[in-house]
Amino acid sequence: MTWILENWERFWEVTAVHLRLSIVPVLAGFALSIPLGWFASRSAKARAVLFPLANVLFTIPSIALIVITPILIGVKILDEINVIVPLVIYTVALMVRSVSDALAAVPGNVIAAANAMGYRPLRRFLTVDFPLALPVTIAGLRVATVSNISMVSVGALVGLGGYGQLFTEGYQTDHTEKVLAGLIGTVVLAVLADGLLLLIGRLLTPWARAGR
Amino acid sequence: MGAWLFDPAHWSGPTGIPVRLLEHLGYTLLTLLIAAVIAIPLGAFVGHTGRGGFAIVGLSNALRALPTTAVLILVVLWAGLGDFPVYVALVLLAVPPIMAGTYAGVRAVDPMAVDAARGVGMRESGVLLNVEIPNALPLIYGGFRGAALQVVATATIAAYTGAGGLGRFVFDGLALQEFGQMLAGAVLVALLAVLVDLGFAGLQRLTVSPGLRPAGTGGKR
Repeated sequence: MTWILENWERFWEVTAVHLRLSIVPVLAGFALSIPLGWFASRSAKARAVLFPLANVLFTIPSIALIVITPILIGVKILDEINVIVPLVIYTVALMVRSVSDALAAVPGNVIAAANAMGYRPLRRFLTVDFPLALPVTIAGLRVATVSNISMVSVGALVGLGGYGQLFTEGYQTDHTEKVLAGLIGTVVLAVLADGLLLLIGRLLTPWARAGR
Repeated sequence: MGAWLFDPAHWSGPTGIPVRLLEHLGYTLLTLLIAAVIAIPLGAFVGHTGRGGFAIVGLSNALRALPTTAVLILVVLWAGLGDFPVYVALVLLAVPPIMAGTYAGVRAVDPMAVDAARGVGMRESGVLLNVEIPNALPLIYGGFRGAALQVVATATIAAYTGAGGLGRFVFDGLALQEFGQMLAGAVLVALLAVLVDLGFAGLQRLTVSPGLRPAGTGGKR
């Protein structure tokens, strides 16, 4: 802990990088998984393709994906995009299923009522289907966010930023405090992000707790 | 990558692909064994008694946020290089999903079946071992296979602290700027992950009662 206090600026700097490298992929992956999940919830064929594909993508180890990405898209190994792309892939792989399950679980009578009231498809999706799917979707988002925050550190093994840098530097200089500082930072960040999403979910879905 | 992967020189000797593959598999299987011995009894006991469920779920989530790289490095700094730090880091990674799967599985067993088991005079241990655990097997396997995938993937970083396994190719390739070697290592890990999952899928089919297989999984809309 003393290391964090004595090196506050450095700690804050790696925290900012770590946060950026984990939040950007969550947002991008979430945005991508909404249309894909919607598609999967409507079509058994789409499910038969997307779900096994998501499972296979999940088996690729993060260090492997971080190493392969620069070769595939032709950037330098030290480009931040090499962590962002793999984490987007993991987020989508995880969230497609959550979004699809959540949308499929929206009660049919609610959808029928919205249709009968004259909702057009897009408006119905935005104001009826999607809000009702939020609790399950946010549960998936929490898992994706926590695992992303923990996975960003792997990027440091190939020289990228974030708390992982404290791990590799601490290892090379036999500096336990530094490694501990990064570990504490990661866990605190994960717990805070998880709590924040839980709170957002509660604020967005007040009806989920009505009548309890 | 193909040139590196199919070069016969890389398929023999103490640092060849078969040796690294077996080392990687060894880390994976021993880790899963240790993790299962810790996590399944804990998860089953808490699921059976219903006490401490909150603690189990909270502990699993907290452990999930723990970065494996940091755990590995910390244990190396404390205990020295070798396989021990690798097992500590990987077991901590594998315990949460197995424990959560076992707990959820035992909780989800039809209460009527448990009631019936007590009704025919089974002891509590019999209820747990002969009714709850067999019925919970699909979810236990779910957690276990998830853990297996993570362990195969993460065992790669063992090589960062000089241990063996397929990660050697990734990190040696990185140090030498040999992208073919890195890529070959990455692909071999992914391949091993798929094979290990297929193996456990087969084991699941052999050991889970046919009555518990999901019926047709057709969606409604």
